[in-house]
Parts: sequence; structure tokens; C-alpha cells
Amino acid sequence: MKEQSNGEIRIGFYICHCGHNIAAMVDCPEVAKYVEKMPGVALSRDYKYMCSDPGQELIQKDIREFDLNRVVVASCSPLLHEHTFRGATEAGGLNPFFFHMVNIREHDSWVHTDRNEATEKAKALVRAAIERVAFHRALEVKKVPIHPDVLVVGGGIAGIHAAMTLANAGKKVFLVEREPSIGGHMAKFDKTFPTLDCAACILTPRMSEVGAHKNITLWTYSEVTKVDGYVGNFTVTVKRKPRYINEDLCTGCQECIANCVYKEPKFLDEFNEGLGKRKPVYIPFPQATPQVVLIDPEVCLNFKRGVLTDKCKKTCVEACGEKKAITFTQQDEIKEVKVGNIIIATGFQTFDAKRVPQYGYGTYPNVYTALEVERLVNASGPTGGEVILRDGKHPKAIGIIHCVGSRDNRTNRWCSRVCCMYSLKLAHLLKEHTDAEIFNFYIDMRTPGKGYEEFYNKLLEEGVQFIRGRVGEVTDWAMTPEEEGKLVLRVEDTLAGFVRRIPVDMVVLSTGLEPQADAQDVRRLFNMSCGTEGFFLERHPKLAPVNTFTDGIFLAGACQGPRDIPDTVAQAGAAAAEALVLIDRGYIEQEPNTAYVLENECSGCKSCIPLCPYTAITFDEAKEKALINEALCKGCGTCVASCPSGSIAQRLFEDEEVFSEIRGLLAF
Amino acid sequence: MNEVIKPPNSSWRPRVVAFFCNWCTYTAADLAGVSRLKYAPNIRVIRLMCSGRVDPQFILDALARGADGVLIGGCHPGDCHYVEGNYKMLRRFQMLKRMLKDLGIEEERVRLEWISAAEGEKVKRVVNEMVGQVQKLGPLGMPGKFEEWDKEMEHFAAQVEEKDAAAACSCATANKPELTTA
Repeated sequence: MKEQSNGEIRIGFYICHCGHNIAAMVDCPEVAKYVEKMPGVALSRDYKYMCSDPGQELIQKDIREFDLNRVVVASCSPLLHEHTFRGATEAGGLNPFFFHMVNIREHDSWVHTDRNEATEKAKALVRAAIERVAFHRALEVKKVPIHPDVLVVGGGIAGIHAAMTLANAGKKVFLVEREPSIGGHMAKFDKTFPTLDCAACILTPRMSEVGAHKNITLWTYSEVTKVDGYVGNFTVTVKRKPRYINEDLCTGCQECIANCVYKEPKFLDEFNEGLGKRKPVYIPFPQATPQVVLIDPEVCLNFKRGVLTDKCKKTCVEACGEKKAITFTQQDEIKEVKVGNIIIATGFQTFDAKRVPQYGYGTYPNVYTALEVERLVNASGPTGGEVILRDGKHPKAIGIIHCVGSRDNRTNRWCSRVCCMYSLKLAHLLKEHTDAEIFNFYIDMRTPGKGYEEFYNKLLEEGVQFIRGRVGEVTDWAMTPEEEGKLVLRVEDTLAGFVRRIPVDMVVLSTGLEPQADAQDVRRLFNMSCGTEGFFLERHPKLAPVNTFTDGIFLAGACQGPRDIPDTVAQAGAAAAEALVLIDRGYIEQEPNTAYVLENECSGCKSCIPLCPYTAITFDEAKEKALINEALCKGCGTCVASCPSGSIAQRLFEDEEVFSEIRGLLAF
Repeated sequence: MNEVIKPPNSSWRPRVVAFFCNWCTYTAADLAGVSRLKYAPNIRVIRLMCSGRVDPQFILDALARGADGVLIGGCHPGDCHYVEGNYKMLRRFQMLKRMLKDLGIEEERVRLEWISAAEGEKVKRVVNEMVGQVQKLGPLGMPGKFEEWDKEMEHFAAQVEEKDAAAACSCATANKPELTTA
């Protein structure tokens, strides 16, 4: 690596036009001319696209030809291209940390409207960088090995696919699922659009594969409670909730269920969206993975309000017999694992239809949510696939209301992307099951996707009615004899241009997708960000859609935003591939921005020690000085700012570097 | 767009130096850019890894070198990438505010804001508010004041010297007292 031998600073400055993105608002040649005269600047250029290959080669060539020892590029955000230009600097034969980047796109040209002001601002920002870069020193990148195991959080189709991809590549995977079985929302669906594949037929084989895979450790009914460490070296604490069944001993024979003291199922069945009933000891659904029952302590007679009482006859224990799988004394079990990468696939929740009271969900028994209808038309659902309403009747006319909790300023503003398609699918299935007349009430039909528009056209031919307009209300107040005993949908038909009243027997609310209720907690746990809607934020919407701002943590599926099954699977594969990249490279490079103690100046006051959130600072008793463990330091700089004698410094953010930046910003 | 603050007719334009943390506020400012939100051009951002790195001296130095205001942006409480750097900044900020008051610098000139990576809108709002406030307060003009104070000191030192010279003449035998001037 070349260091300046005689101490002379020779800065090469480049300003990027970024096509018109910067050049339209900042006078780039003018800035380049201005910089030319600054002390230490050996060369100043403006160029159309600095990040392009010729742009990067220009830097390399100039370093050699003009004997540069510092490089400053004014272009986009360093979060986007700092890495690129450090690479170019290194390729030119300099230490990559002799480079500094100025953000004149996101922070200047894109946010201002006056060209003169924007150019002046660009000059100030550039001057700060030129002043700063003179103080830069050669630094070495630290390489940290990557633990090859991966944690996947969430066992829906996204988590399943990501876990399978990694496990098939020979990596060890821990799959943690909150519910008693994996499968997620997809397991509840009857058919999938637009191919009308049976959801269970394509999903359940994947689920059993996960359960049986030698590389996958499956922890259902478990939650991640703590995450420590950083990319390559996470330590994750998982809490396994008690199911009061020993998973290793249970064979899934379900004799205990048959022999429960409750002869009939009595309690609301979560998997069937409360439309069916289950016993206190139950298996969520026939194909549940793992095939292990669980006991609900809230309703089991052997417990009272969740506390063990031992007052039941325990016929289930008798039925279990020799297997002895039932363990009423089971407690929370805490597991700790070390992993190198984490894939977050925590999915979504459906919009609570009660938040739109005018549609009468919860008031009128025959108003259903789409997910309930999925169970209702499912052959293994509570009614065996027969569409029987809550009042025992068969519907003759059905209204499907789109965009409930989507595209609505009062609730959620975003489009949930899947509702149009699943509404069409349910229309088709309901038509098939009941031969009822079906009305779809939509704002816009959004069917972008392979075979989606064709599916819509097919439905039009099937005689399903489509009415363009947002339903005002659902009411049981009849105005005519035909409306007696029916639910009436009042809607402005915006194509016909008048308000209609349409009586139906059953209303289906196509509820939108929204972030999980505890998404904020999960976000904090894994140190991620959320967008304004509350979905987890990707690092870059186009170029890093599965990465988060925290290295080694990736996103898959609807926790990042509403999406359908094909997109979810594609994204899960991408997340798995990103993890594989890190694992197979074997190490990560860490930004050398750690803090260090200037031993001669440290007075040993120890005030920095309690400030470090990573306990990276210890006290060297022999020398009576503070000592920073660089392997633990993450480079926040809190200790640096707090040291009363100024005897801690931070690489890349040295005091003189920041002060020179301030000086540069305010030089005129 | 109408919220963008237009520079006044005089040549003075407020200059606000901002210290943004890399993970939340700097990213939010990038988001404001990507979303093409428009805000006042009087702000110049310095990127630090964490608001916990903001040394009160940075703020004082910025003001001393001619900044009319200083804005510090960090992650929301509980969201700090480094666990609690933002709380530590907050503690320092409370102390610094008292000191600034004693120095006669208006409170509105230094502002601490929590802005998450998703809050591009908030960057725009806070910057516009801040620039508007500073505009109302007028220039802080510390470098000018320093010059004035330096002149006063020189003048004072000259006076002292004159006096001493006179005293030295009147009693040449006495030892000249040691004097340090500013």
C-alpha cells in the first residue's frame, strides 16, 4: 500500500453528474473548478457517471498518473456507493480508507429547488470532505469468521422455503415458529390462485420434509426472546412454550384426544378461524407438523386458569399409556443457539374487519372474512367443505366486498396486492360449491401476474357479477319485501352512475394484509427498521430487497410487505441465497471504525467503562489505563465523545476529521 | 413545496450544521432524497455512526465557526443501533443546553430530534422548522463577535501596557511586575 512519503497531500476530486440527477440542480463543472484551487487538490474533474466502469477506471488511472494519495467523490449517498469507490481507490493502489464520499444527490440535488443554492451547498459539502480527507489514515479491514448455521424465524411458506433451501445446501437451520405447527396462513387456504392447486396438496409435503430433514431443527410453539452479537456471530435465545406433551415421546396417535374427559369438542378452534370446535387436548389440523398434540392449559380441567391442579381424571394419560408423553409439569424451556445469519419470515396478519363497523362484521352473523370462507369451502374445514351459514342456511346470493382495510385513508392506505386475486378465487369456489349468484364489489381490479388477468376473464365468463364501487354499508334494514331477511349492500355503482341496493344472504369481506401486531417488538429484537406502514424495511427497494440495515439479517415474505405465494417463495429463496453467500465466503469484513485509547493521555478515570453497551472497555490495572477490546467494539463512538480528557479516539471519525469537516462546511 | 423557506433579500442566509446518525436519521435524509421531498438548502449534514458520538465540542465548534444553528438527529429511544447511544446524547444535550443559555445563545439554535429511517417526511419538517426559527432569530455571528472581543482585549492589553510603562518610568528602580496579556 502506498503512503505519502514526503507528507504531501495530493487529492483527486471527482464530481458525478449522475446523468441529470445531480447535474440538473448542481453546476458540476463550476464545483470542479472551485475545488481545483483548494489546497492539497492535485486534480479536479467532473464526469457523467462516476460509478460506471470507466468512471472507476478514471480514478485508478489518475491515482497512478498524478500520484494521488487521497480521493474524494461527490455523488450519491455513501450508503449506496461508498463501497464501490473504496474498491476503485484500492484498485488504484491506495489504502481504501484514503477515500471520502460526499452526498450531493440524496442530500442536495434531489431535495432542493434553487440551482444556485444547491450549487453553493454542494461546494460547502465538498470543501468539508477535502478538509477532512487530508486527515485520513490507512486502516485495515478486520475479517471475522461466519458461523455456518442459520436461524429462520417464522414457519409459513416463506420460512419453510428458506429453511429447505439452506438445509438442502447442507447448512444447519433452526426454524422457530410461534404456533404449534408450521404452515402459516397458506395451510389455511383451500385452493391457490390462479391455478386452483389445492394449497394443502402443495404445502403439506414441504412441511413434512421440513419436519424430517436432518439439517433442520424445528422448534414450534417457540419464540425468540433475545438476540445478541452481530453478523456471523449471533447468539439467539429461544423460549419453548410448554405444550404439556413430550415431543420426543408423542407419536401423534391422537388417542388422548379421543379419550379426553370432554366427549365433544367445545372450544373455539383457532386454525378454523373460530368456525369449528376443538378439545383442550388437540392437534391444530390433520397435517400439522410436527405431528404432536398439545394441551391448552386455559381450558384443560387439570389446570385452573393455567395453573396445574391435578383435579381431572386424566383419561388422556391413561389413553397415552406406555408412551407416557403427557407431562403436565412441563415448563418454559430456554434454548440458546449460535448462528451466523438470521432470516426473518414472520409474515402478516389480516385486517380486523371490526374496524370497519359499517360492514357489520361481528354484528350480522352472515358476514364473513375471506379467511373464514377459506376454511368454509375447505374439504377438511369445520363443515367438510359445505357452505353452511352461521344461521344454518345455504346462501343463494353472495356479495364479496374488496379492499376492506386496504386503499382506505381511514384504515390502511396501501393496496394489499392479493385481495383482488383471492376474491376472484373465492368467487369461483363459492360458485362451484353453492351455485349462488355472486357479486364482486371492487374499486379497481388489480390482477398483474402470470395467468392472473386470464383468471379474471374466466370469472367474467362464469357469470360472476362485477360492480365497480366501494360499498357504503351492509344493513339488514329491508325497504322492499324482497329484501326481508337478507343483508342489503348499499353501493354506488360508479359505472352505471347510480346508487344500488343489492340483497344477499352472505357477505364476504376481502380483508387486507397488515404487519403483525408485535412487528415493532420483533423489529427491536433484531435491530431492524419498519417503513411507515409498519412492515419491515428492506435495505434498498430495488437493489437489496431482502437485506435489512443490519448485516446478516434478511427478510422473506409478507413481513416486508403484502405479497402472494409465488413472490414470497422467490423472496425466501433470495434470502437463503444471500445467507449462503456469507456462509460460503466464510468471513465478513468489518468497517474499521473501532475506538482506541490514547494511552499517554488516559488518566484512568474509568468514566468510559459503564458507557459502553458492549462491555468492550475494561480497566488495565497494571497500567491504570482504560483498554478497548476491538473485537467487541462496534464503533458507535459514545466513549469517544464522553472521555473528559479526550483520550479515546475513533478510527474513521477522529476528532480532527470531524472538526475539519465543520471547518470546511463553514469556511465562507 | 410551499414550505420551502426562501432566502431573505439580504445576503445573509442561515447556516445549520447537522450531525446525523448513520442508521436512522442519515438514512431518513436519504429517503427524503429518494422521495424527492423539498426542503430548505441551508442545512449541511455530517454523518456519524451514532448520535452518541456527538461531542458537545462539535456543537460549540460549529457555532463558533459561524453556524447559526446545529441540529442533531438520532434514532428514536429504544431503537438505537448501538443500544443506547441516543440516550447518552440526550444527557449531554441537557447539560449543553444549560451552558448555551449561560453563554446567551438562544435555545432554538440547537435542536435534538429523533428521526427513524422511515421518516423522510420528518427530516423535511424538522429542517424547515429549524431553518425558519434560525431565520427569525437572525445571524448568531460568533466569528464576528470573537473578532470584536479580540479587539477589545488588544485595546485593554495596550492600555495596561501603557500604564505599566508610565509606572516603570516613575520608579525605574522597582521591579517590573510580571504581566500576561491575552
